[in-house]
Amino acid sequence: MNELIEAVPFLGKRNPKLTKWLIIILALVAPLIAAYFGRSWMRILDFALLYMMLALGLNLVVGFAGLLDLGYIAFYAVGAYTWAFLASPHFGVHMPFWIVLPLGAAFAALAGIILGFPVLRLRGDYLAIVTLGFGEIVRIFMNNLNHPVNITNGPQGINALDSLNLFGWNLSQSLSFGDFKIHYLYLYYYFFLLCVVGSIIFIKRLQISRVGRAWAAMRDDELAAKAIGINVRNMKLLAFSLGATFGGVAGGLFGSFQGFVSPESFSLMESIAVLTMVVFGGMGNIAGAIVGALALTALPEILRNIALPVQEALFGTVILDPEVLRMLLLSLAMILMMLLRPAGLVPAHARYSRPELLKGGA
Amino acid sequence: MIKLLEARGVGKRFGGLTALSDVSLTINKGEVYGLIGPNGAGKTTFFNVLTGAYIPDDGEFVFNGTELPTGKPHLVVQQGIARTFQNIRLFGQLTALENVMAGHHIRTKAGLWGILIQSKHAIEEERLTTERAFELLKYVGIERFAHTICKSLSYGDQRRLEIARALASEPQLLALDEPAAGMNATETGQLKVLIEQIRRDGITVLLIEHDVKLVMGLCDRVAVLDFGKKIAEDVPAVVQKNDAVISAYLGGPKHAH
Repeated sequence: MNELIEAVPFLGKRNPKLTKWLIIILALVAPLIAAYFGRSWMRILDFALLYMMLALGLNLVVGFAGLLDLGYIAFYAVGAYTWAFLASPHFGVHMPFWIVLPLGAAFAALAGIILGFPVLRLRGDYLAIVTLGFGEIVRIFMNNLNHPVNITNGPQGINALDSLNLFGWNLSQSLSFGDFKIHYLYLYYYFFLLCVVGSIIFIKRLQISRVGRAWAAMRDDELAAKAIGINVRNMKLLAFSLGATFGGVAGGLFGSFQGFVSPESFSLMESIAVLTMVVFGGMGNIAGAIVGALALTALPEILRNIALPVQEALFGTVILDPEVLRMLLLSLAMILMMLLRPAGLVPAHARYSRPELLKGGA
Repeated sequence: MIKLLEARGVGKRFGGLTALSDVSLTINKGEVYGLIGPNGAGKTTFFNVLTGAYIPDDGEFVFNGTELPTGKPHLVVQQGIARTFQNIRLFGQLTALENVMAGHHIRTKAGLWGILIQSKHAIEEERLTTERAFELLKYVGIERFAHTICKSLSYGDQRRLEIARALASEPQLLALDEPAAGMNATETGQLKVLIEQIRRDGITVLLIEHDVKLVMGLCDRVAVLDFGKKIAEDVPAVVQKNDAVISAYLGGPKHAH
């Protein structure tokens, strides 16, 4: 939270208390503001929260443990397909979320360990290439496992996934009290917000613990980390599996929210998009992941909404497809970023010790 | 004299190059043991084999009566051997304090679950780690830099920090790889005081060093390596007069081809 407060320009340092409340209020009323601009913006907001979870999980792997992972979306896929298998008419299984979500997280963690073992000795570029391959393998499996036995329904994907049902309370149905109706997109928003806040607390606690320090040590100097007694193998596997867990949970939520999964959603471009969020926001700190996810989900949509009318007004037709424009703008943003703020929007001031304990000593 | 570490016929080859051959030596509890030799004599290789970074081809190490595991650095630290590096290797993005706290890792146990639910045990352990890290920074004399990112410390202070980090793992044997390299006379003098203090506090020190004055003034016993073989082992005054040692350092009939 403090990192996030400090990340707010001008106000953050001068009046942290006010900033804190502003952030909380903004997080709570954001969907109301979005609703003013239309339903599609509320959807985008919901997706932004999912991307935040992904960015937080990937930041744990890349930013804290220093393991460049280009196949992160695979874990998202594992989570989403777990939901599709266990809560949809595809196999006719309809398990409640409190079974499916943890299972999805567990499968993702398992996939993280499976990926982790062969890459224990790899670093940097080599690690990136193997993880990239892993991500593609998972996607291709999902794409082709419809023959001879139909498991994933191939490129058509699986649809009519069960929506999130919190002990009998279905999040996909708008809540109504008499005349007063709460649209289901709000319900999802607050549920996702809860998940994101939970993730932040978990990750923050890890960061300032012996585990967080061990990861940072391993990232900064692996040989020295070994020499002071850190079991680098276990710490790497832990990072991969924990990072994957967040991906798995986000995947399950994505499946329930979207109601449809297909291999298309888990392409390499998505992995790169999430990594871009982490790098854009600032690697190795929680606030960076959040700001990056928010900025890179919202910006393309805003620009798209501006770019279409502008193109029509100027040329009479749409010359550049919004999707093309999105990648173009993403790369442009990255280039500007590397030139102007190479450490990201929110440069890491990540600390790896408990602040309340530091006052006593020096 | 109680034996702390015994190397028995340790050998290490890299392809055709024999870096260490049949090195046997004994380090007693409470002494400062020097390991010297010309460049490329195998001193650092000896360190790497001892601390588990390399797997020896022959021989073994016996520490406190038990054989040390090979190729498992973290288990060696667990047994009570800590090391520093010839070229300083700190954790660049951490503060001085956090570097030392990371060094305490092997002596803490909090698991994932304890950390996530912030169990009493985990928090208490964290408090002790922080306290201990402050003490160690004070011990090596750099407590005023506790919250400085370690990269911005001066060279001599980085060396001290590395020693503090090694001490955080609560070792019985502290292995220092050329701690005085690149230090000026004043800094070397302060280092000597620090190492003497460490010995007084009951930690055995194994020292690789080029600074002859430091080695001779500090070490109880010295072993000399040359081309991977131990050519002498004795108190400094005797080693200094040893013909084999003199010819290894200055070149002599033994090296004539």
